[in-house]
Amino acid sequence: MTRIRTALQHSLLWPCVTLVALVLLDLAHNPAFLSVTMLDGHLFGAPIDILNRAAPLVLVSLGMTLVIATRGIDISVGAVVAIAGAAAATILADDPSRVGLALMAALAVGVLAGMWNGLLVAFVGMQPIIATLILMVAGRGVAQLLTGGQIIPIGAPGYLMVGGGYLASIPCSVWVATGALALTALLMNRTALGLFIRAIGVNPVATRLVGLRSNALVFGVYTFSGLTAALAGVLISSNVRSADGNNAGLLLELDAILAVTLGGTSLLGGRFSLAGTVVGALIIQTLTYTTYSIGVPPEATLVVKAAVVLVVSVIQSATARAWLMRQLRRGLPFAAKKTVSEAAR
Amino acid sequence: MTASPILETIGLEKTFPGVKALRKVDFRLFPGEIHTLMGQNGAGKSTLINVLTGVHAPDAGEILLGGKPVEFSTPLEAEAAGIRTLYQEVNLCPNLSVAENVFAGRQPKRRGAIDWRLIHARAEAALAELNVSLDVTKSLDTYPIAVQQMVAIARALSVDARVLILDEPTSSLDDGEVTRLFDVLRKLKQSGIGILFVTHFLEQTYAVSDRITVMRNGEREGEYLAQDLPVELLVSKMVGHERMTERLKRAATEPPAQKAAVPPFVELRGVGRRGLMNPVDIDVQPGQILGLAGLLGSGRTETARLMFGAERADAGTVTIGGRPAKLHSPRDAVRHGVGYCPEDRKKEGIVADLSIRENIILALQARRGWWRPLGRARERQIADDYIARLGIKARDAEQPIGLLSGGNQQKVLLARWLATEPKMLILDEPTRGIDVAAKFEIMDRVLALCAKGLGILFISSEVSEVVRVSHRIAVLRDRRKVAEVAGNAASEDQVYRLIAGGSE
Repeated sequence: MTRIRTALQHSLLWPCVTLVALVLLDLAHNPAFLSVTMLDGHLFGAPIDILNRAAPLVLVSLGMTLVIATRGIDISVGAVVAIAGAAAATILADDPSRVGLALMAALAVGVLAGMWNGLLVAFVGMQPIIATLILMVAGRGVAQLLTGGQIIPIGAPGYLMVGGGYLASIPCSVWVATGALALTALLMNRTALGLFIRAIGVNPVATRLVGLRSNALVFGVYTFSGLTAALAGVLISSNVRSADGNNAGLLLELDAILAVTLGGTSLLGGRFSLAGTVVGALIIQTLTYTTYSIGVPPEATLVVKAAVVLVVSVIQSATARAWLMRQLRRGLPFAAKKTVSEAAR
Repeated sequence: MTASPILETIGLEKTFPGVKALRKVDFRLFPGEIHTLMGQNGAGKSTLINVLTGVHAPDAGEILLGGKPVEFSTPLEAEAAGIRTLYQEVNLCPNLSVAENVFAGRQPKRRGAIDWRLIHARAEAALAELNVSLDVTKSLDTYPIAVQQMVAIARALSVDARVLILDEPTSSLDDGEVTRLFDVLRKLKQSGIGILFVTHFLEQTYAVSDRITVMRNGEREGEYLAQDLPVELLVSKMVGHERMTERLKRAATEPPAQKAAVPPFVELRGVGRRGLMNPVDIDVQPGQILGLAGLLGSGRTETARLMFGAERADAGTVTIGGRPAKLHSPRDAVRHGVGYCPEDRKKEGIVADLSIRENIILALQARRGWWRPLGRARERQIADDYIARLGIKARDAEQPIGLLSGGNQQKVLLARWLATEPKMLILDEPTRGIDVAAKFEIMDRVLALCAKGLGILFISSEVSEVVRVSHRIAVLRDRRKVAEVAGNAASEDQVYRLIAGGSE
């Protein structure tokens, strides 16, 4: 009994239930949904496709999770995606062979952007949403300056491998996202960073008084968010074979925030779950896939997405669940038994 | 006294979960007098005000207004009956004009539209009553706090007021502004309004009061005419004499260990910060307890925060362990082996959502740096060790600290610093809001630690507690250190006199 109850209280339960429900819906519509086939040494199939397309969102959401855990928010990540892609494309346009330099430049630009946000939030003391709003708006401008207002095509084969190629039958972007996730998880669980970030999110004042350099940590977290956004920018520009200062990563910040909250991390800071965030990102990508595959007309997709997100958010809200339980208990006879076990708690 | 009270309470009682906030409180306020309510934190002043203004309903007892029993279930009802309240913070809308603030919610109207000319004229008249003349069309935040306070009074008086309650209205005012406020109050009392004034400042109390009621531990200690109550007596009535338990009686009767003149661990020389604390000289010896005595606002916490680097000093020098030290942040102090249990445990001490284990190891881990984690097993071992040693009552080390009682939370915070093996601890009100048993237990641990060579800066608003445990006592008044006395030589009365501003 206790084990079931612990499982029911686990923070990953509802995100997983949502994901499974979406997959079941797809299976009902298309029984071959989960089948994966091998073609030319590459894996193909809906699940692989979803993972591949979710990779940039997963990356951005990883950084976003840590930022949100410190009670912050980073709404500039979409713009950073565009800047990173533009930086790489500009270098490759000059000399398609300098793939390494292009990658380094993209990531360096992302780190710089993150440091700028971190500076404003941690040392200048600006509200995170305002501080990152600056780069959200200005960053698009920077990206357009880099691309000269044009969409720059990318042809360098080495660079295109990153977002479109395969490694050991699996898309490279999936490898990149998995690697970033593993590294982040390692940093959070095997060092004290996870503890420090949670402590800052719960009580920044007390955290400073135990002798932690809270502002340096917050600075680091925004820098990390810039780096993951830049990685996503590389994947996206490589996948679409071009850098578009205007539209690359547009509104990605909102999807990332959504992925983080769907994954059970509170916007109030403190406890965070990297696994939850990944599930959240997969929910969003699966939902997009599902709306297309079950034939929702394109003009209605956003409304359907919004409706599903609303339902999921309501189910995840403890207040709403408690209310629902009370209604059920009042209305249904079976619920009487539950009261006993609830009382035993 | 010929007049009958305008506001009177008989046998007022109020209990909050775990605390008896008011016990049979009889209180009277006469028309045309300024009556000051004094008492330490937790004495029941705020609860009494809240009951009088309808914020809380009393559990028992009666409130009489003008001789008739009244019951207020909301602050609005109290206001309607003529009891107007001014809180510590100015509760107005800073972005509205002065006139709008005076009349917000009850604008005079003409043919359905707000009559601005009338509002401006009336607001000017209301402020002129208080000897204030200003442009009432400008927004409120263009004026200093003192003027905003006047506007709040004008607002309070713009409807027939019979009683005006001022809850620490002077804490954000400078001396000139306080004088001005007091002139207004004296003028108001001529018109027959009863004024109830709550403050922590002794001088202000005597400057303006006709009568003083002292509260202690939820009871009315007594009601006095201001001219009949010497200041030392007032202080000792506020602070009270607490009964001691056996264990601490022993500690008190044993003379403090006579140490040879050891060099101080921390030496502050002229350390201060403008607007926060006047420069102080303070030494903390290893193995000794330095008590800080003084009333609220005397600079006790400010001194502690300067010593911990939580506030950056703009004057003076710090020497730690014989070497000059710079304290730019708490991190610097922690690295020198100083720990700090802050006064506001909830806001500044505990990290509520984290477990007991995480709260205990946080300071130690912070000192080691993020790249050298203790590891789960070692963390668990440290946490379990302190849970056993300090007798922390919890289900296990993984329970969130927010679920523990105040006393146990305080023990976890103590454990947090002990785990860093500090050379000195700053304990700011470590026993506030803690039940008596836990209180003595914590003091017992502190004495034991000190015997092992830990230097301690001990802050408490209970003078008896300071006198009981301290080897030396620094007395603060008005953000200044006014005296330092040896703990074993000091009597409580002597300390009260020093706090109140008398000579040794």
